[in-house]
Amino acid sequence: MGEGSGDSTGEMLRRVGGDTPLLEVRHVTKRFGSFTANDNVSLKIMPGEIHALLGENGAGKSTLVKIIYGSLQPNSGEIFWKGKAVTVASPAEARAIGVGMVFQHFSLFEAMTVAENIALALPNCRATRELCETIARVSANYGLPLDPNAHVADLSVGERQRVEIVRCLLQNPELIIMDEPTSVLTPQEADQLFVTLRRLAEEGCAILYISHRLEEVRALCHHATIMRRARVVAETDPANETVNTLAQLMVGNEITRVTREKGKLGPEAILLKGLTQVSQEAFGVSLHDINLSVRSGEIVAIAGIAGNGQKELFDALSGEEPLDKEDMVILAGEAAGLMNINQRRLLGAAFVPEERLGHGAVPALKLSENVVLTRHGTGEGIARRGFTRFGKAGRIVETVTSLFDVRKGVVDPEARSLSGGNLQKFVVGREVERTPKILIVAQPTWGVDAGAAAVIRQSLIDLSRKGAAILVISQDLDEIFEIADRIAVISRGHLSKAEDADTLTPEKVGLLMAGGAEKKGAAAA
Amino acid sequence: MMRLELVKRPQKSRLMSVLSPIVAVALTVVFAGIVFAAQGHSPFTGIWYFFLEPITSLWGVEQLITKATPLVIIALGLSVCYLSNNWNIGAEGQLTIGAIVGSILPILFPDFVSPVVLPLMLLMAMAGGALFALIPAKLKTVFGTNEILTSLMLVYCSNLFLDWMVRGPWRSPQGYNFPITIDFHEWAVLSAVDVGGIYLNLSAPIALLLVAILAVVMRSTLKGFEIRVLGQSPRAGSFAGFSNRRMTAFAFALSGALAGLAGMMVVMSEIGKLQPVISPGYGFTAIIVAFLGRLNPVGILIAGLVIASSYLGGEAIQTSLQMSSKLATVIQGVLLFFVLAADTLILYKVRLVPGREGERAHA
Repeated sequence: MGEGSGDSTGEMLRRVGGDTPLLEVRHVTKRFGSFTANDNVSLKIMPGEIHALLGENGAGKSTLVKIIYGSLQPNSGEIFWKGKAVTVASPAEARAIGVGMVFQHFSLFEAMTVAENIALALPNCRATRELCETIARVSANYGLPLDPNAHVADLSVGERQRVEIVRCLLQNPELIIMDEPTSVLTPQEADQLFVTLRRLAEEGCAILYISHRLEEVRALCHHATIMRRARVVAETDPANETVNTLAQLMVGNEITRVTREKGKLGPEAILLKGLTQVSQEAFGVSLHDINLSVRSGEIVAIAGIAGNGQKELFDALSGEEPLDKEDMVILAGEAAGLMNINQRRLLGAAFVPEERLGHGAVPALKLSENVVLTRHGTGEGIARRGFTRFGKAGRIVETVTSLFDVRKGVVDPEARSLSGGNLQKFVVGREVERTPKILIVAQPTWGVDAGAAAVIRQSLIDLSRKGAAILVISQDLDEIFEIADRIAVISRGHLSKAEDADTLTPEKVGLLMAGGAEKKGAAAA
Repeated sequence: MMRLELVKRPQKSRLMSVLSPIVAVALTVVFAGIVFAAQGHSPFTGIWYFFLEPITSLWGVEQLITKATPLVIIALGLSVCYLSNNWNIGAEGQLTIGAIVGSILPILFPDFVSPVVLPLMLLMAMAGGALFALIPAKLKTVFGTNEILTSLMLVYCSNLFLDWMVRGPWRSPQGYNFPITIDFHEWAVLSAVDVGGIYLNLSAPIALLLVAILAVVMRSTLKGFEIRVLGQSPRAGSFAGFSNRRMTAFAFALSGALAGLAGMMVVMSEIGKLQPVISPGYGFTAIIVAFLGRLNPVGILIAGLVIASSYLGGEAIQTSLQMSSKLATVIQGVLLFFVLAADTLILYKVRLVPGREGERAHA
């Protein structure tokens, strides 16, 4: 991450506040049916402490946080607030005792102003001038400058997060829960956030900080609680750990690193020439004169903050959204701009969308039926003379399962019964198993645990080294630097020139993400 | 303190898929018994007359099949609509327009007497129903109107159109001013054949054939797959290369065609001419049949027979016990209620759990 957070001094991490724990969770257990999400979990947060909660997806972090914030009730166990036993029956009660929460997915009304959005969370619901002044003052105090009269739709993601934080601060919380706050920020915006969080901690406000980014946890947090499979497996001072040791505590065994060698480059398989498209949706992003080429044997990544045209670009590439001219998208040498998605698949292209459930897979259909979903029109005989062959699809499920280690309870389960990571392995594996010539994949490891992410990334690299052209659209810079040969950045529908990954740094990419990519012919110089 | 908790099953329960309709029917019989008792009759006599007596005679069975046939045919088309997330409520109107279009031949060309008239009439009725159903479909895909409202409102248009036709342009000159058309000639009616003591016409085997065809289509063709995918997840459907707009048109046209077919066959077998009212609400009752049969072709066949028997049961308790035949509607409604409620068991299991201290304090 940024340089400011890279080194950590003991001085910066000194904690301010008394010795009575602010919040203590004792032996909490929460079951959903036969599934135990929290098993005898205990957690202690001191005043003024930035406390990291670490764990893979499905380790039970969200459940624990929901219990603290009152949106779930535990089956057993106790919660103590400033030494006294309490029952937090609802989020309103949590806010009343002084617990605030900043969600990963913002809950703001885009058509309303900052002040109106904040007023909605307050008892009298009126965006008075007084409130505007308070917002301006508080936000400036904490280094979160905000214009109270700006419309949320016009704000960047980082600014929207500030609205959430300021809304939380106005309720004078003593504990703020932050769920993956940096996952949507540029490195520069993240550094800015860390300054604010340290400032809050110095004033005695405790922060429960949930993140996958171990570097920033090391730099920021006084204490870390690590969960694995519904239990607390370790408590540690993250400053004394390395990223590797923290990751090991989370995953339980050594993470397999992906290996990468340069591939042999072939002809241009994906070519975008002046791809321009005006968005038809109210809050959609228009694509402006996008030029890009991806050759066989390489992986090109498109970095960018969510909502900068990634969805529109993916739909234009897959053919789900028809284009104006056929030569705007050229796949495997054929002008494909006017083709539908199955005609593009016949050219050897495969697609993995960002959303697993509801786009990449139908939740209530079995895996074999979900194989038919994307492969009935690929000329493999899965659909013949109008009849579907689910048996053949079932054999593909078996192959994908063994190649990608998809863990499932029964032979052919419904897609929704798989965990996020396993479903993602299936959705990627379903396309990779075809050995496509072209693979276009959005957020290949979004919300997936470290083990599954490594499997997926390795499979992408292996596929490209076998001669496929791969385009990855991702917000995860770590992932991009791990697998990409070249990197381009998308910002408000403009795409920067793709640069060799070895010559780029996360900081340069961050600058492009923050708007640099919009300049004509922009590249990180 | 104990409380009931619904726990989501990881997979649909196959056992419960089979058991839940049986549970629902059993609960309905119990409920019906209570209603009969409340009306001052022995519940057992009531249940006998309502559920069983109608099918003890050959004539009753014949009536059952006659009533069930149009319900099944219409419900098959509606099931395709509902599975693909298109809410066609206007089958009654499509039935009416189909019957009117099919009747053009015997009414306007009474001298055209030939064996081809009958199949031509059926085809014309299907085309008429399909075209009429395409109106709400196009309104939906082009202007984004709500198809529930438009298809329902078109029912009233079509019924009034039929009323005007039989009182005006198509009124029979020999009909003593009654609002009826001329009688259809011999090649324009479906005549019944004696099958082991029951008189049946061609419509029942056609319904069975349609059940079989739709069962195969839904189970093992790409079209059936497309219908299911687009209904459950439109975005995944377009990712598979399927078109939501074309599916809306297809589903409405298909259900309109089947409603038109059913309407024509009712007119050809039971009435033999057009009159202001040609259907006792088959198009609406078929909605219940489609859901009672859980949108599955074989299920619809069974549900069609069950609902048809409740019509006969209503008549039976009226004549034998002097109870209002409206009770049949009550029992149909209760049956649908129990079926939908029992469906919960397929996706959830019920558990008894002890209440917890903290939650009681806050309850």
